[in-house]
Amino acid sequence: MSVPGLIRLGDNTLVLGQRLSEWCGHAPALEEDIALANMALDLIGQTQLWLGLAAEREGEGRSTDTLAYHRDAWDFRNLLLVEQPNRDFGVTMMRQFLFDSWHLAALTALCNHTDADISAIAQKSVKEVTYHRERSTDTVIALGDGTEHSHTRMQSALDRLWPYVGEMFTTDEDDLTDMAALRPAFDAHVTAALAEATLTRPGNDFAHQGGKTGARHSEHLGHMLATMQVLPRSYPDASW
Amino acid sequence: MSKQEWPLYEVFIRGQHGLSHRHVGSLHATDAEPAIQNARDVYTRRKEGVSIWVVPAAAITASSPDDKGSLYDPADDKVYRHPTFFDIPDDVGAM
Repeated sequence: MSVPGLIRLGDNTLVLGQRLSEWCGHAPALEEDIALANMALDLIGQTQLWLGLAAEREGEGRSTDTLAYHRDAWDFRNLLLVEQPNRDFGVTMMRQFLFDSWHLAALTALCNHTDADISAIAQKSVKEVTYHRERSTDTVIALGDGTEHSHTRMQSALDRLWPYVGEMFTTDEDDLTDMAALRPAFDAHVTAALAEATLTRPGNDFAHQGGKTGARHSEHLGHMLATMQVLPRSYPDASW
Repeated sequence: MSKQEWPLYEVFIRGQHGLSHRHVGSLHATDAEPAIQNARDVYTRRKEGVSIWVVPAAAITASSPDDKGSLYDPADDKVYRHPTFFDIPDDVGAM
């Protein structure tokens, strides 16, 4: 049964896409603003594919919109990392870098999935995410190896978000691929990038968990969903 | 404290193979490589191009608008420089 695994993938891209769209009109430079909005739109587009396939396979009459707008926080199966607040640009780009590094490895594995629909979505997404990872990696390196001030901010962003890395590599039978097997590819990219960024990888690998199982989302998800879902819930017949 | 702006880059995009790069606008970036990425995000969202050039705006030497008269006006009365005075053989077809 692939539905729970599809919902996990779709919820990751949905929640992170919504988070990134919060930057629209607020990013530190016009060029970064457009880039963040582009990335948000890429992720929302991927969400439509993952949740669309999940809804279709589930066969209970739910649509992509039903899944996105009419589920509550405890029904979401996204990683804790992606629901973390944007805070500042450094934290946002560090979150993006960590997610992209996992996301690209996951999509690369899913390109070879035996299920043709799943591999087709992965093959479409992997091109977008290759660019996402390139951009977020370059930004982390530029800011980490930038001024003393930017270095301090990026190190603190890394220290803040590192406890959310471990959950990406927990795996169970709902996952569409063995997430634990992605760790070497993730480590290789992240270690090289952090070295170039002169940032220190935290020594403690303690990992918060409960996002992808839905057992223990952080308090941030509910607030984000309230904003995201208010319109379709208040005006169920609205179209736009 | 005045905000320090990133350097300005001029962006040139080639729409399709065989055409030349055309100036499409400018943007700010910290460096040339990020300028390419920014240009990709700002100017090629709708499949406008297959190749991007970025050039530091500071590297462009431009003619001065004040010299317009001496630079361009002398060509006004030299219509014979246009090739329209040549008879084109019919065999050549459309030019």
